[in-house]
Amino acid sequence: MMLIPCPWCGPRNETEFHYGGQADVSYPADPQAVSDVDWARFLFFRANTKGIFTERWNHQAGCRRWFTVRRDTTTNEIFHDDSHEAVTR
Amino acid sequence: MAELHGESPLVTRAETLAGSSVPGVLHLSEVAFTAQVTLRVDPKSPAAERIGTAVGTMLPNQPGQVARTERLQILWMGPDEWLLIGPEGGAEQLQATLTEALGEEHGSVVDVSGHRTIVEVTGPKSRELLAKGCALDLHRRSFASDQCAQTLLARTGVVLLCRDVEQPSFWIFVRSSFARYLADWLADAAAEYRV
Ligand SMILES: [Zn+2]
Repeated sequence: MMLIPCPWCGPRNETEFHYGGQADVSYPADPQAVSDVDWARFLFFRANTKGIFTERWNHQAGCRRWFTVRRDTTTNEIFHDDSHEAVTR
Repeated sequence: MAELHGESPLVTRAETLAGSSVPGVLHLSEVAFTAQVTLRVDPKSPAAERIGTAVGTMLPNQPGQVARTERLQILWMGPDEWLLIGPEGGAEQLQATLTEALGEEHGSVVDVSGHRTIVEVTGPKSRELLAKGCALDLHRRSFASDQCAQTLLARTGVVLLCRDVEQPSFWIFVRSSFARYLADWLADAAAEYRV
């Protein structure tokens, strides 16, 4: 069981959260101009990092807010050195 | 014409809860039909200030903080979200007050009185009872009077409210459709206190 630090509620059990995958996947500026291949890449292709990964979580059973976490995917260590603004973006 | 009457979600568990209560140790009961209104507004906006003036207290801005007035309890639910609890029958009036104070600003006021019912747990064993199904630290130093938390209790989403820490008193807000399950779970968890 991981303890995930919600930027508002503090550390809570993993079971209260919903995983949102890779963070900072930006929506294409002009979706009409994107080729089918690039659109598919945007929709379905995500990094599968071994090591430190920046990812989105939603505190589903708590305050229901999205936030960003940096986690080591091999050890589940979560890094707390980010600013509040960086986490709650 | 048939007469309309309301039934609370735990009407069929009133006896279960009463039967699980142990005098001087633990008391369980439903607090039915409270007025509940969800408010969402930017806490830094003039509207939030107007709402504070209208209800008689500033909206709590710390996670898990609860503000009280004579009529209302205002629970922090998120950085821009609050749950206001008032006496039965007061939802419409409360909604009107909030809507007027919100004015044209971005936000929402929704009557959610039917969303959740409340189980009241009081008595010296209440903390221990809740701890059987809740991962939060419910010790008085970390979960004190007028604090609330949204979390899981017996795998069910709830809002926990600590009403009093000296004479332990908690309100568990639970979705209507999960209420009977939770009442049954509480009754089972409380069985050991019956002598
Ligand atoms: Zn949270």
